[in-house]
Amino acid sequence: MKHFMTSTAAAAFAMAANSAFAETEITWWHAMGGALGETVNAIAEDFNASQDEYKITPVFKGTYEEALTAGIAAFRAGEQPNILQVFDAGAATVIGAKGATVPVQDLLTDNGVAFDINDYISGVRYFYADADDKMIGMPFNSSSPIMYYNVQAFEKAGVEPPKTWEEFQTVTAPALKEAGYTALTQSHLPWIFTENFMSRHDLPFATNNNGYEGAEGTKILVNNDAIKAHFTAVTEWQDAGYFEWFGTGWGDNATPFEEGKVGMWLGSSGSFGGLSKKDLPFDFSATYLPYWEAVTAEPKQTFIGGASLFAMAGHDAADNEATAAFFEFLTQPETQYFWHQETGYVPITEAAYEMAKADGHYERAPAAEIGIKQLSLPAGDNTKGYRMGFYVQIRDVMNREYGRILTGETTVEDAFATIEKEANDLLAKFAKTQS
Amino acid sequence: MKRAGFTTRWLPILLLLPQLIIIAIFFYWPAAHAVQSSFYLQDPFGFGSTFVGLDNYTDLAGSGEYLKIARFTLVFTILVTFFSLALALLLAVKADKVLRGARSYRTLLMWVYAVAPPVAGFIGLIMFDQSWGPLTELARSIGWDFKLGVNFNDTAIAMVIVSVWKQVPVNFIFFLSGLQSIPKAVREAALIDNRSASGRFWEVTFPLLAPTGFFLLIINITYALFDTFGIVDTLVKGEPGNNPMTLVYKVYVDGFRGNDLGGSSAQSVVLMVLVLALTIFQFRLVERRIHYT
Repeated sequence: MKHFMTSTAAAAFAMAANSAFAETEITWWHAMGGALGETVNAIAEDFNASQDEYKITPVFKGTYEEALTAGIAAFRAGEQPNILQVFDAGAATVIGAKGATVPVQDLLTDNGVAFDINDYISGVRYFYADADDKMIGMPFNSSSPIMYYNVQAFEKAGVEPPKTWEEFQTVTAPALKEAGYTALTQSHLPWIFTENFMSRHDLPFATNNNGYEGAEGTKILVNNDAIKAHFTAVTEWQDAGYFEWFGTGWGDNATPFEEGKVGMWLGSSGSFGGLSKKDLPFDFSATYLPYWEAVTAEPKQTFIGGASLFAMAGHDAADNEATAAFFEFLTQPETQYFWHQETGYVPITEAAYEMAKADGHYERAPAAEIGIKQLSLPAGDNTKGYRMGFYVQIRDVMNREYGRILTGETTVEDAFATIEKEANDLLAKFAKTQS
Repeated sequence: MKRAGFTTRWLPILLLLPQLIIIAIFFYWPAAHAVQSSFYLQDPFGFGSTFVGLDNYTDLAGSGEYLKIARFTLVFTILVTFFSLALALLLAVKADKVLRGARSYRTLLMWVYAVAPPVAGFIGLIMFDQSWGPLTELARSIGWDFKLGVNFNDTAIAMVIVSVWKQVPVNFIFFLSGLQSIPKAVREAALIDNRSASGRFWEVTFPLLAPTGFFLLIINITYALFDTFGIVDTLVKGEPGNNPMTLVYKVYVDGFRGNDLGGSSAQSVVLMVLVLALTIFQFRLVERRIHYT
């Protein structure tokens, strides 16, 4: 009898608890502004409407850098959100801080969500993984740098989009200039002309297996002949009027392309959604990032850029269950396809990619497939990703030195020596914080 | 003579307490924290910190980049302070002479005071926009290919112009009230002694304005050093790149963007010492030699 009483009481308690705490509420801090932010909100609303146990609230926290800093400050104060969006350059900081996050792979399997890393497309699988290939962050807005081009400009110039930089400088650029266009602009020198330069040409970017094997003793390998030759070429293109640089900001370099003054622009596959929604005075299309034939005959895939979602530690089991449920929802093919279509960021699972293909998305917009196709090109030894601490600062050093190269304040040789020195100092400093 | 004072010792302390608490919580406590963390190297998430002694300071002293930024900050501060004061003084002297519609002139000149630094920076961004900014076009019309965010000097000039524009009204208000507090009798006497207007200005008006001027000098130096943060941040669009930046902005870039709390704290301590020196200078030298009427 007593036994019966307790179990009824337990059941009653459980029911009361259920109705009182009908929904587990979780928060998601992100850095997706504008149209991207609206799509994020739409996904959150869909998730909330799809079930009634959990409720997610997305909060916009500013730029990638600001969102990371806000997340770190909140963690130190014990007020961290359940999910924090962290961009590629901040990955080492978050993954290095063991105990700051719950590895997404553990989170999912502990909460009974099936997880197989092979469900994810090869390009995104290991970028946010640890040295043992365990997925720590859930890839979210994954992109890669690709080349957009102005179709009418190329028709007028009578050339095809270049596959290699050799072709660009001998054939494409002179023809585009002749037709009255600046041949090339790009929006992110560290990302496009450095990190992805390394992966496209399968060059090592840092020691310790690109930094994956730990912060201790990791040194950057940026001061190499291939990239110095590339930057020397860029300055020559600049002198010849083939290339123009409008500053470190993303938009300043995209605007001239959008205005129809520039033939090709190197941007993000995630820029597709934005470009499609703008009323451009020309048709645009996209193709792979060019490579130097002199460096490699077999160009490889690029790194993913963008950001991933980290489940912050320090929340109770019910919260983590809700986070796992949201991640499960997020990786559904339908959700991924919606995100992919709206924004241009790549679908992160094979299933979502198949769905987009079956639906004819790429027949309607061939440019939308370039990002994922480039990420699915053959992999090399150095294409998995890179893991370097204080990388936000290292990127700032690169931006500073590249800006100086392009304004003639320094030489390519000096700039790369400075980047190497300052980056290695920062890496050594980061290694010290990790011990 | 009997000194006026409190009868008990506790009452004044009690009355001061709220202010002291606020100062302690919002100024001394964070400042002490900054000093402490400047001797440590911290993991961004706060899992551990290593005592590194003076490493953060020696890193700063050995960094050519930091010294470059310090040099830029010095030049920037001198330019902003000089032009803000000079323009404001000119405008105040002229506005002081206006008889008809004086109020509207003054109100219009003070208006910009209400603009917040980031907004001022944003207006600067529009004025200096690379493709259609009116000031960019003005520069182009005289053959100067002005490029904000690309060319270091051009960006620096834009920063100075926006910072000066934002600060002139404050100085104007002070100078104008300083001018109006000069007794009429003194002016009239000067009028008899000296026929030259500029002579009268430099020999009579300017010295009488000195207390206001020195006060403003200190205010403007601190403005250029610290309060221009919002303008710098907006004009570089949050991307430091190869753009010029001030020491305060560098603290933000390393600490808040780069998550290097130790190094950033060391930089704030350097700035604290600078402010301390400035304050001592103000009290010891300036206040003693200037006669307030």
